[in-house]
Amino acid sequence: MATTVVAEETARAKPRVGDLVFSRLAMGAGIAILAALAAVFIFLAIEGVPGLAKPAEFYGDASNFWGYVAPLLFGTILAAVIALIVAVPLAWGIALVVSHYAPKRVATPIAYVIDLLAAVPSVVFGLWGITVLARQLQPGYVWLDENMGWLPFFAGPASGTGRTILTAGLVLAIMILPIITAISREVFSQTPRLHEEAALALGATRWEMIRMAVFPYARSGMVSAVMLGLGRALGETMAVAMVLSAGGGISLNLISSSNPASIASNIASNYKEGTPGKIQVLIATGLVLFLVTFLVNFAARWIVQRGERRLAR
Amino acid sequence: MNRTSSRKLLAPSVAMLALSISLTACGAGNETAADSGDDSSSETSGLSGDLNGAGASSQEKAQGAWATGFQGMNDGNVTVNYDPVGSGDGRTNFIEGGVSFAGSDSYLNDDEGELSAAKERCNGEDPIEVPAYVSPIAVAFNLEGVDSLNMSADTIAQIFDGKITTWDDPAIAEENPDADLPDTAITPVHRSDDSGTTKNFTDYLGKASGSWSYEAEDAFPVKGGEAAEGTSGVISAVSGGDGTIGYADESQVGDLSVVSVKVGEEYVAPSAEGAAVVVETSPAAEGRADVDMAVDIDRTSTEAGAYPVVLLSYLIACQTYEDQAEADLVKGYLSYIVSDEGQQAASEEAGSAPLSATVAEKAQGIVDMISAG
Amino acid sequence: MSTVTPTRPVTGSLSLTAAKLPRFAPVLVAVVAAAAAALPVLFLGWGPIAWAILAGLVFLVALPLWARVVEGSRGATDRMVTGLVWAACAIAIVPLLSLLWTVVDRGLPAINTTFLTFSMYRTDLDQEVGIYHALIGTLLITLFAAIISVPIGIMAAIYLIEYGKGSRLARWITFLVDVMTGIPSIVAGLFAFALFILVFGPSTRVGIGGSVALALLMIPIVVRSTEEMLRLVPDELREASYALGVPKWRTIVKVVLPTALGGIVTGVTLAVARVVGETAPLLLIAGLTSRTNFNVFDGRMTTLPVLIFTQNANPGIAETPGGTPPGIEIAWGGALVLIVIVMLLNLVARTIGAIFAPKTGH
Repeated sequence: MATTVVAEETARAKPRVGDLVFSRLAMGAGIAILAALAAVFIFLAIEGVPGLAKPAEFYGDASNFWGYVAPLLFGTILAAVIALIVAVPLAWGIALVVSHYAPKRVATPIAYVIDLLAAVPSVVFGLWGITVLARQLQPGYVWLDENMGWLPFFAGPASGTGRTILTAGLVLAIMILPIITAISREVFSQTPRLHEEAALALGATRWEMIRMAVFPYARSGMVSAVMLGLGRALGETMAVAMVLSAGGGISLNLISSSNPASIASNIASNYKEGTPGKIQVLIATGLVLFLVTFLVNFAARWIVQRGERRLAR
Repeated sequence: MNRTSSRKLLAPSVAMLALSISLTACGAGNETAADSGDDSSSETSGLSGDLNGAGASSQEKAQGAWATGFQGMNDGNVTVNYDPVGSGDGRTNFIEGGVSFAGSDSYLNDDEGELSAAKERCNGEDPIEVPAYVSPIAVAFNLEGVDSLNMSADTIAQIFDGKITTWDDPAIAEENPDADLPDTAITPVHRSDDSGTTKNFTDYLGKASGSWSYEAEDAFPVKGGEAAEGTSGVISAVSGGDGTIGYADESQVGDLSVVSVKVGEEYVAPSAEGAAVVVETSPAAEGRADVDMAVDIDRTSTEAGAYPVVLLSYLIACQTYEDQAEADLVKGYLSYIVSDEGQQAASEEAGSAPLSATVAEKAQGIVDMISAG
Repeated sequence: MSTVTPTRPVTGSLSLTAAKLPRFAPVLVAVVAAAAAALPVLFLGWGPIAWAILAGLVFLVALPLWARVVEGSRGATDRMVTGLVWAACAIAIVPLLSLLWTVVDRGLPAINTTFLTFSMYRTDLDQEVGIYHALIGTLLITLFAAIISVPIGIMAAIYLIEYGKGSRLARWITFLVDVMTGIPSIVAGLFAFALFILVFGPSTRVGIGGSVALALLMIPIVVRSTEEMLRLVPDELREASYALGVPKWRTIVKVVLPTALGGIVTGVTLAVARVVGETAPLLLIAGLTSRTNFNVFDGRMTTLPVLIFTQNANPGIAETPGGTPPGIEIAWGGALVLIVIVMLLNLVARTIGAIFAPKTGH
């Protein structure tokens, strides 16, 4: 670290035109992103804030905006959490297989197939979710209802078509798998060879080497991979709108046919026939989603920083 | 098995090759052919340019058919673009002057000032509203061993309200003495997205039955039950379960069984003719201008053969446009749509119900008034 | 399982290595697990899926147990993790293959030369249609989205890692880029729509508007992945370059970026793959037309996802009763073509990455 500072100082001592231009360009790009985000935020605020306080008839069953948005927010987070619980361990497992376990001629096709998945349009995920996955899972839901109904998650009655929030979460899990895998894979394979070999030379098993050399090195990358996955899961629109049988309120029941919609899918479903006033309400829910990702990222960043501090100590 | 799968793997690479070849060429194969101009087309109105519209997604397939016909009439010198962004956005786009005409599942009203705004957009003249797309809404169900059922509006309302929960309920049995009804639970499937279909369906339930206490709305009012996105979503949810029942455009129900609805003393199955009859006999909406054909559909019609569960979608346009070319295009296109030929084309492509002669004639008269000025 | 005698390596002299399972141990356990799982499956009449799951579970328990006896707990943990990561792979591959199979199976019948070279512009209802116009639209709009977002994204990442490290501005940018990943695509579309209408008037429907909306969705992915990759470039490389008197900007361009190129290319490809299937924003701002449009700055452009979405929503009526409506066929065919396009892009990007990346140990 110290050497870098010295290098930077020497660089600063002799300012060059090229350096100046390049650093300004880089900074400009950063500021452009801030400006774009600010523009989106301002747009959301201008269009959405009037939607926060409309007469009660704009909010369906609820009497005010918060009553309207609460189940949607719950549904968004529930589906995203299910997706993360399923996808993250799988993604890290696949990433490890590709970067450390499989021989190259196996690893390359696996990585390729996973990347391919990122390209499937969400409409197609939705179609597949309805026609294939939901129907396959439906008997499983009936079984869960009969045998594990004492758990609040499986209280039932089981959905007749399998289009539940659990199915939506699983479709989301498959959708976010590629992005988490791809980034984790890259950071895993960037671990310095010397660290890995040193660990192995000390007699570590492969898993111990990964735990002690690869994971600490890759930590921030792993977290940012998860954050990107979460971002996609929270904002995913069409697949959830198509797969989920929405229309219920807040409930932990994962296998019934009345589920809370997610914010993004609710916007997509209700935007089409919306009158100007109703669209303002929908954009206000978009604003809420925006703020939620803000908070989630804030929390994640805090956790990472705390972790790094502990590591440094 | 192995051979076929290897062949299936080969095909995409062939397709890719074809793709790269086609990319080097300019323009699509069919467009260059159309531009060369064949004189086989029967009538030519000699227009050219682009005509843009936006609105209800229900009209999309029909708009495709109309655009095709209209483009053919003009030797491929015209392109009609229709963005299926939804009725609400279509109306907003039209009011803001973004598009020349709009398609809408419900007529303009002044609840949020849309009618006044549209009047303002049309230089203070009343906007034209003509019916263009009529589609019967079928109540379709999937129940093992039962192919057809008769139901009154009351029964349908109670099913979708969650009051009748099994197929062997006395209310259903009474109307279907011959059917062998199982005790399967009923899973009503409704649209999860806002749609004109839902609005028309709930409007029917509200007016024709005494047991539906909700307003006609784009969003399905009853909480709970199975919800699905879009017509195709409802169809796949209904066909995917047993004991399911849902509502969808009649042209899309495919192999599913449909309910015959009680009209007067008869039970009527959904049909294009029945839908056209209802539209023709329904009273005009109150307080509308001469050029506005908005109707309040008569859901309690007892007319013989009428099928009152219909979706009626309008075209919205101005009486005058500043630009002569735009006025000619709108006039030409709209008069093709309400013409016999146009209605038949939509019926073939989208399965809609052609307008009856009287309605079409009146609409044609209104469309003929479009001019530049 | 306990009846299997652990085969210790029989060597004459004292072994310096710890006891290890024989190389064929995983295969042996796999065979035994498959056989053991077959018993209840046969008796209870379960399907092959139950058998595969059961066999997998038996394997995951048995191998670590055996390893625990012979190699001790560390070896057992290692065996178990190895088993688990491979199981993760297997579990993830199943839905993937199911999905890809569905798309290929349903999409392939639609694809032929007409489908790929014709647009939807017709002058007669009997004419054949294709997706050429949507293909061009998707390629151009995505290309322009990449042209907008990739330079901004990479430069911003360079700022974050090389220049602004630790500064307040950099911390804000990092944080807000994360927030940006959560923008729902439809909101990005609404934003682009509002922006273009404000600037160019209410009738605006242009391809470039779609590019702007997509770029908004791409930027955070490009920034985040580039940032991660730049962070992993060893400082030694930079310092060596500085020591040779190379200016900082040339160090970044000539040393840092090439080292991280593989990862950056992956990030950009992912970002493209992420947005190429977006529907909502494009429907709003790029519109829908039946003609081929090569100019992103003027006129409507149809893109593949929009085409898939609208065709699926309004499939029309099948020629034969009970058959597949034409719109559904077009939708699946379009989906297959879209996946093939991204596959090709992926391949191209990877090849470029491999050619330009410096040789490393990996």
